[in-house]
Amino acid sequence: MSLAAVNDFVVKFANVNGSGSASANGMFAKSILRMGVPVAARNIFPSNIQGLPTWYEVRVSEAGYLGRRGGGVELMVAMNPQTWDQDVASIEPGGYLFYDSSKPLPPAKFRNDIEVLGLPLTAICNAAYTDPRQRQLFKNIIYVGALAHLIGIEESVLETLVREEFGSKVALIDSNLKALAMGRDAAAENLAPIGLRMRRADKVGDRIYVEGNSAAALGAVYGGATVCAWYPITPSTSLAEAFTAHCQKLRTDPKTGEARYAVIQGEDEIASIGIVVGAGWNGARAFTCTSGPGVSLMQEFVGLSYFAEIPAVIFDVQRGGPSTGMPTRTQQSDVLLAAYASHGDTKHPLLFPEDPAECFDFGALAFDLADRLQTTVFVMLDLDIGMNEWLCRPFRWDDSRKLDRGKVMTYDDLETGKVFGRYLDVDGDGIAYRTLPGVHPERGAYFTRGTSRDPYARYSEEGPVYVANMQRLLKKFETAKTLIPAPVARPAKRRTPHGAVYFGSTTPAMHEALDLLEAQGVHVDGLRVRGFPFNDEVMAFIEAHETVFVVEQNRDAQLRTLIMVEGGVDPAKLVPVLGYDGSPITARFITDEISRRMQGSSVTPTPQAAE
Amino acid sequence: MTYITKPRLHHPLLQPNALGFTRRDYEGKVSTLCAGCGHDSISAAIIQAAYELDLPPHRLAKLSGIGCSSKTPDYFLGNSHGFNSVHGRMPSVLTGANAANRELIYLGVSGDGDSASIGLGQFAHSIRRSVNMTYIVENNGVYGLTKGQFSATSDPGSKSKRGVVNHDQSIDLVGLALQLGASFVARSFSGDKAQLVPLIKAAISHKGASFIDVISPCVQFNNHVGSTKSFDYVREHNAAMNRLDFIEPRAEITVDYAPGEVEVVKQHDGSILRLRKVAPDYDPTDKISAITHLQLHQMRGEVVTGLLYVEPDAADLHDHLHTVQTPLNQLDDAELIPGSLALDAINDSLR
Repeated sequence: MSLAAVNDFVVKFANVNGSGSASANGMFAKSILRMGVPVAARNIFPSNIQGLPTWYEVRVSEAGYLGRRGGGVELMVAMNPQTWDQDVASIEPGGYLFYDSSKPLPPAKFRNDIEVLGLPLTAICNAAYTDPRQRQLFKNIIYVGALAHLIGIEESVLETLVREEFGSKVALIDSNLKALAMGRDAAAENLAPIGLRMRRADKVGDRIYVEGNSAAALGAVYGGATVCAWYPITPSTSLAEAFTAHCQKLRTDPKTGEARYAVIQGEDEIASIGIVVGAGWNGARAFTCTSGPGVSLMQEFVGLSYFAEIPAVIFDVQRGGPSTGMPTRTQQSDVLLAAYASHGDTKHPLLFPEDPAECFDFGALAFDLADRLQTTVFVMLDLDIGMNEWLCRPFRWDDSRKLDRGKVMTYDDLETGKVFGRYLDVDGDGIAYRTLPGVHPERGAYFTRGTSRDPYARYSEEGPVYVANMQRLLKKFETAKTLIPAPVARPAKRRTPHGAVYFGSTTPAMHEALDLLEAQGVHVDGLRVRGFPFNDEVMAFIEAHETVFVVEQNRDAQLRTLIMVEGGVDPAKLVPVLGYDGSPITARFITDEISRRMQGSSVTPTPQAAE
Repeated sequence: MTYITKPRLHHPLLQPNALGFTRRDYEGKVSTLCAGCGHDSISAAIIQAAYELDLPPHRLAKLSGIGCSSKTPDYFLGNSHGFNSVHGRMPSVLTGANAANRELIYLGVSGDGDSASIGLGQFAHSIRRSVNMTYIVENNGVYGLTKGQFSATSDPGSKSKRGVVNHDQSIDLVGLALQLGASFVARSFSGDKAQLVPLIKAAISHKGASFIDVISPCVQFNNHVGSTKSFDYVREHNAAMNRLDFIEPRAEITVDYAPGEVEVVKQHDGSILRLRKVAPDYDPTDKISAITHLQLHQMRGEVVTGLLYVEPDAADLHDHLHTVQTPLNQLDDAELIPGSLALDAINDSLR
């Protein structure tokens, strides 16, 4: 019995890296959006430029579930002989296998419980094209044309996408349309439409489809960042590149063509954060973007920023560790690294965006917070959010909003005789005023160093002076709690002693899991944490529940540790649910883990099985 | 000695400069370095240079790393913002500060441990990026604050105070700076203020990466027989290539020299460098011959000093980045935020 589903299935493309499949697969995903059906597409790719296997998983969900579902796939587009066996094995019983049948394969290579759809794609390409590169590239377009026929993607939708993609390049438009038609015709001649169907809907609304890295970079533009210093590292590289591209369009002086920004590719991550700290000290909004290995290298400077109280923003696009680890696999495993970065007693504000829309919001907010709190603020993305296109609400900006530059003493302040003590808490919020170099000929200059100085920045190694300063920094961290975005609650339909805390890219899978649990009669209140230090609402939520599942994508339950340590919470109350195999956590995994624990069978965490 | 407060009282006969500041207005806190330290002489030379240049102190920012040399910015230009940053990382902090505000003067102060060992990478990259700065290395060939270990600029064969002989090759920061594209390269000696002050003035006036290697003997750990960074050794082996007179853009030229005796270099800001030749065949605008000359003399154990190379019309980082003339830290919200209309258009392009 073949599977039948409308607007609710998973299609997975198995390709060879570097074969040009990405743009064809992307077109497939976007065509579904253009039919008004939400889509979540994820690249699963190796640390490689050419040759290794790569997958693209497209979840079609009219219900709007944008996390990974888990389980097998309904339709496998198997274009990579290297991974054939595992790809065929991952198809749901009754599902479909689409493949290139140019070369005959022995029956043992197939399964009896799936429907096999073969088209001689290589043969078609070889007949139509002579250039080897064209043969390779158009094969991808041809299979998109064939799939469109099989599942019912409207022809006009694909045609529009091709025209948008190639703009004024008529020759490319024609050749791509021709390839789509070849695929469609071949499928129509040889195969019947299948049980998985696309039907036009109106469930996308005004949402946009964008990568988190690009969104965060745009947030940095709107947040007034002028200096970006960075060092290439997957998966954060595209953030710096997007910032450069956004600035070229949005920050070029229209009259002179001059840049209202500076992007400096550092010689390493240490230089990058050094440049950011130097620029922040001098009053420019500055950031770097990196991943865990880079944050490791930046530790010393992050501590200096903490103690010398210099604004800085770090976008940490998290991945599996270590440096030779899983650079193209997603994780949320830098939470503790970032929260307590550096030597000595240090802690830093973190922001956890759930999707690209929030990457934009927090990308801008981080600079206000860094200036207000005069410290390093981390924006914690991950590879899943950063490098995949996500469907999310549109970016919003209130034109009446002003950049909050924090407490900076001006020439006039100094001229009128306001008392300036660089580390003097005059307002009781732990935040002192700073001055920028060059502000006044005779007043306001100070010598910046880590600690060993008094509230007036005069050299001192006295114990009580040091302690008083450290206490003030704690007070400042208390102030930070009031500035970090409040958590977002997702209450269960019934009153329940069970809660679940989660953050970042786990959110869509988590929300689906909460629905699935509810369908099983299991009620759990959800709370999405949006930053650190934790606001009072987070602690109140934990206080109000008997058991709180802490769902995250790392081995060591890092957010749970942070809640335990900072909130003084009994560890027994916080049950870890951990998916950290490098692929985004799935709704089914979370559902199974929570329902299993609710049955009281075990409290030992088991990792998400590799798929 | 930080508990000693310097008297603010100035001698009435102290000459004010064009801004009305006396030399003492350019001083900083009381030095906490050892009595007789070469670094204090360099601080004095910086004070003298700033005073003679009529420099508004608040228009200069002084940055340093970690070490004895890096402590010195607290001891000069007390009305300038200073930043004692991270070991070996002053160049990146200075680069960021410069990116943020192109209008200030940036003085980076470092040592041989700070720049030739832990910070060699940052030294190199800040220079190859042509950051507009004056980068001074107070070079004593030894780790002073940690009490006497060899640094990477110690010459092979030189002896530590404890009698250990160094076998590692020394890093020649001047040679590196030349190769990396510094557009102003000089070497001097902390004991030769007459040579050092005009070099600092010229370096500050120069646009681009200016580098000055100042041999600065450590009286505590590296001033003994067998050291190649001692006062005696440097005095005996000092081979000055030229003597520099720095003439400010608007100053009247009053002294004449016989032809062939002097080379005149005009910098981008109009200042004039008059180089009285000591080595007759030395041309400081010819990089290749400068490098050859340096290598030759250094092989003979000489300490080559003077203005070694200058490219008077160098471009800097901001030229390369094509940044706006207004310092980036002074752009207002309207110049920075593209606004909601632009965002609507971006949203439309993402559907």
